[in-house]
Amino acid sequence: MGCIEELKHEILAKGLTFKECRDFIAKTCPTVYHIQPGTKLFGEGIIGNPPIAVGTDGTVVVFPYVKPCHGTFILKIEDPKEAARLATIGVKPKKK
Amino acid sequence: MTETTDKKALIVLGCPEVPVQNALAVYTAYQLKSSGYSFLIAGNPAVMKLLMTSDPERHYIGAMTSLEKAVEDISSGNDNVDLCIAFAHSDAGISYAATMKYLLPSARFITIVFGREAESISHLIEYEGEQIVEVAVHNPMQLRKKMSEVLGWVVSKS
Repeated sequence: MGCIEELKHEILAKGLTFKECRDFIAKTCPTVYHIQPGTKLFGEGIIGNPPIAVGTDGTVVVFPYVKPCHGTFILKIEDPKEAARLATIGVKPKKK
Repeated sequence: MTETTDKKALIVLGCPEVPVQNALAVYTAYQLKSSGYSFLIAGNPAVMKLLMTSDPERHYIGAMTSLEKAVEDISSGNDNVDLCIAFAHSDAGISYAATMKYLLPSARFITIVFGREAESISHLIEYEGEQIVEVAVHNPMQLRKKMSEVLGWVVSKS
């Protein structure tokens, strides 16, 4: 079990393709950042097709979590430090 | 040994639920070893147990690591490869392959897409690189043939 799974988390969605996860986060989170594959979040390198959309809502972080045999989950974790850190490591997507 | 001695390869394996993956992973390891590559196999714990059961004395499979450790080592610049062969039969497999492709921009990158939904899964690929797509589930022979053609491997008749 990875360290992310050991953290208190909520599963917002599962069974979506990675692209659908990107769209879900873009539509539901007030603030969205793009990070690149391998960027560490909660101590783990995040997996996915770049750019990886990660959202924040205050102190909550919403992100895709890929497991080889179970697909992609969208997890929500409350963490003020990690939410603040995303503003320094992520890039805000250009508005279409 | 051939001119490829000193070159490094990475084999990335997805969920092992489709039978051809394990057989093709051992075959790929055999071909890479025969071609003089040093290589690392990355997969989840079930993948590693299947491979160790298939090749208990490690005549072919060599070093193995978890997907997480492989991503961490490559991200931190501790590992680099000339050739990456990524097996994927699901959206999650494509996500892992895409991650490796991003982290290994200068490697020759080949994605092997297989399983019943190979065609539709291949359309999820958003990155550049070679693709071998085959609806292979139980029978590895057609995919083995395609891989051997693309990678220039000598094929035995058995």
